[in-house]
Amino acid sequence: MNDFIAARSQMALSLGFHIIYSCIGMVMPVFMAISNYKWIKTGNPVYKNITKAWSKGVAIFFATGAVSGTMLSFELGLLWPKFMEHAGPIFGMPFSLEGVAFFIEAIALGFFLYGWERFNKWFHWFTGVVVGISGVVSGILVVSANSWMNSPAGFDYVNGQYTNIDPIKAMFNAAWFSEALHMTIAAFAATGFAVAGIHALMIVLKRNVNFHTKAFKIAIAFAAVAAILQPLSGDISAKGAARRQPAKSAAMEANYHTVPYSPLLIGGIPDSATKTVHYGIEIPGMLSFLVYDDFKTPVTGLDKIPVKDQPNVPVTHYAFQLMVAIGMFLLAIGLLYLFALWKKRAWLVKNWFLKLFVIATPLGFIAVEAGWTVTEVGRQPWIIQGIMRTSEAVTPMPGIHYTFYMFTLIYFTLSLAVVFLLSRQIKMVPELYDR
Amino acid sequence: MLYVDIIFLFFAIVLYFLLGGADFGAGIIELFTSTNNKSRTRRTMYKAIGPIWEANHMWLIIAIVILFVGFPLIYSNICTYLHIPLLIMLMGVTARGTAFSFRNYDAVKDDKMQDVYNYIFVYSSFITPLFLGITAGSVLSRQIDPASSDFLHTYIFSWLNFFSVAVGLFTVALCGFLAAIYLIGEAKEDFDVKRFTKKAVIMNAVAVGFGGLVFLAAEHENVHLAFWLFGNPVSFTAIIAASLSLVLLWYLLRRKRTRIIRMLAAFQVTMILIAVGYRHFPDIIMVKNGHNLSLLTDHAPATTINDLGWGLLIGSLLILPALGYLFYSFQRKSE
Ligand code: HDD
Ligand code: HEM
Ligand code: HEM
Repeated sequence: MNDFIAARSQMALSLGFHIIYSCIGMVMPVFMAISNYKWIKTGNPVYKNITKAWSKGVAIFFATGAVSGTMLSFELGLLWPKFMEHAGPIFGMPFSLEGVAFFIEAIALGFFLYGWERFNKWFHWFTGVVVGISGVVSGILVVSANSWMNSPAGFDYVNGQYTNIDPIKAMFNAAWFSEALHMTIAAFAATGFAVAGIHALMIVLKRNVNFHTKAFKIAIAFAAVAAILQPLSGDISAKGAARRQPAKSAAMEANYHTVPYSPLLIGGIPDSATKTVHYGIEIPGMLSFLVYDDFKTPVTGLDKIPVKDQPNVPVTHYAFQLMVAIGMFLLAIGLLYLFALWKKRAWLVKNWFLKLFVIATPLGFIAVEAGWTVTEVGRQPWIIQGIMRTSEAVTPMPGIHYTFYMFTLIYFTLSLAVVFLLSRQIKMVPELYDR
Repeated sequence: MLYVDIIFLFFAIVLYFLLGGADFGAGIIELFTSTNNKSRTRRTMYKAIGPIWEANHMWLIIAIVILFVGFPLIYSNICTYLHIPLLIMLMGVTARGTAFSFRNYDAVKDDKMQDVYNYIFVYSSFITPLFLGITAGSVLSRQIDPASSDFLHTYIFSWLNFFSVAVGLFTVALCGFLAAIYLIGEAKEDFDVKRFTKKAVIMNAVAVGFGGLVFLAAEHENVHLAFWLFGNPVSFTAIIAASLSLVLLWYLLRRKRTRIIRMLAAFQVTMILIAVGYRHFPDIIMVKNGHNLSLLTDHAPATTINDLGWGLLIGSLLILPALGYLFYSFQRKSE
């Protein structure tokens, strides 16, 4: 493995690991604040137990999220020093604000996790709310930094020099809104379905049904709504990508040829050598419609883009298909849940119904990883779209493949540890909270 | 605004050293506690740092963000030439943070796993500040050499030298000292107070020893440390103040004036950092060929520096009161 590929893989690995914890760090505090609120309002101790059980899980995730995030803020420089040297002053603003948001989050978390019975109930609840808000805000801020890499703004690039830097403009770049929106919704969908799925499994297994039913309801409410909003926001993202990053968009669709009535491709195996796609289903004119709202306008295909500026087509395409497929499935079960709630309450306790949600447990996170693969692999070979190539940014230090293997080992071990600890938490629910 | 950013950077580093350092130190103390007393130490420590450890480590993030937004050239140079010690330090941070919360949040408390977490926690508490210190030492050691072309000189000897390692050891001892002083105030029973006092004295002696080693190493490696420290009035005063306050601290340690000794310990470490920082300010990375990187010239363009300064000012209005209240609440409630 050469150093460049190793550096990219290490970055991808670290981010792919961190994103799971950061999604949970964004969403779980919101869930906890809601069950905490219900406990204060109804006095039903089950809600208190749910909050406490969740907060123990969350503490484990938080620690892992915080350390992997610390790792990342160094890795940007360790792996991409040339990139940070130029980009730091331009896209750094969201990072410094994010530092503030994290700090507030860490403080509020100290109050929330260690403040049970020490503070006024409402103050304690409020600190939980602050954790949730600052989590979401920090998520939005980092994503805004990433969107700058996709649609650079806030500076002039003349003769290799970066001048007229305006960090605020850079922060509110063209892709900012659609990415932040899509990511925030994705965090709710992914975490919501994961939590709901685990609790649904426990109900199916007839363990502490009362406890798990209440927990399931809180999580699924958010998950279902997010799953419905997700494709809508995904459409906004796709339109933006097609205009700003035609190469990425063409790779997502494996669209090799620029033709009027551009077809939408579903599935299929792209073959870059012959510029054809095998076994896909094409819907003529649909892609033109999705991007330009009319069936005729041609959508830029890969034939219009020099080969040296193209990303890896199969990877981007498969990842995109996977995300959309999962998005459609989650949309379906989200709608089904709302329908059941509205018309068929009897379904809510049926095993077949709950099993659907058990199946969905990992899907949201798989879609998150796939979506980021689309965004990041689709941006290649650029680290700053159209300005700096990833290969120009990489560290001169040799031997990165060793650090990559080491990181793989560390993250693998940490993942095992988290799963192990979580399963112990769940096993202890009857003992701790069943009275 | 440039000075606002620089002051915040210095502030973040000092606070990370004091708070994060005490936090690392707690693990170091645990490492050097006899097996019989380990669980007592652990209990005191959990009560003392449980609620605040996440916040303590945020100062590192703040320092890093200030560096890469405001002083990107300095950040990218540190990250390139000190890649390896930074990486080891980060692995320490990872191991330590996760082991600390895993051992508190594992639902099953009475099996072998606790031993595993403890083991990881204490050793990484030692490794992390060691490499943090090595990194800090290397920045000043003049061993960073952009002109060298072979791997060993560029990426290894930049940090693996007598001076950097001595600074690393000194840092570890200071962390242990800070923690012992901090824990004295947190301990409830006389037995523990005595134990931590003894630890503080030992750590103090060790720190003085390693401090001497730093001077020896500096002479050996041609780092003009003595000149930096004694060659100008500010650093000189700071060093004298630190030394005098040490005597006062020994005296008060006997009288168990926990609050004042805590402040004195913090004061000493701050003075040491001021003494070292002042003399070669604004240079921050000392390079072999003399083209040092300076906070006053190698910074981001003015708009960035301005926005960063405002961000930090407004941010600290939000953070500092909340943080103060966090410390205050858990102090008061534990008394
Ligand atoms: C629960 C997860 C999830 C689900 C169900 C979906 N997405 Fe997504 N998608 C993400 C999670 C995600 C993500 C991981 O959060 C990304 C990566 C970057 C971003 O902002 O969001 C993303 C990126 C992303 C991009 C790339 C944006 C860019 O690079 O500029 C597009 C075009 C879409 N999505 C479109 C869709 C569509 C049409 C979906 C229809 C169902 C969909 N996504 C479902
Ligand atoms: C957390 C969600 C994210 C995931 C899962 C993710 C995933 C990835 C992947 C898969 C790559 C490798 C692409 C390739 O080399 O083919 C990558 C590269 C990179 N990402 Fe992200 N990314 C995420 C968010 C971000 C954010 C928020 C930033 C910065 C603000 C960022 C900065 C980078 C950089 C600097 C690289 C290396 C250069 C490059 O390959 O273009 N990423 N990421
Ligand atoms: C889309 C990508 C990302 C999202 C949505 C995201 C979001 C979050 C959230 C919500 C947290 C706090 C929750 C927790 O501690 O578990 C967190 C932690 C952290 N993230 Fe990320 N992050 C992303 C990528 C990055 C990148 C690229 C960096 C660094 C350059 C980074 C740096 C950090 C740091 C330093 C922390 C620890 C803060 C603490 O100690 O509480 N994150 N992230």
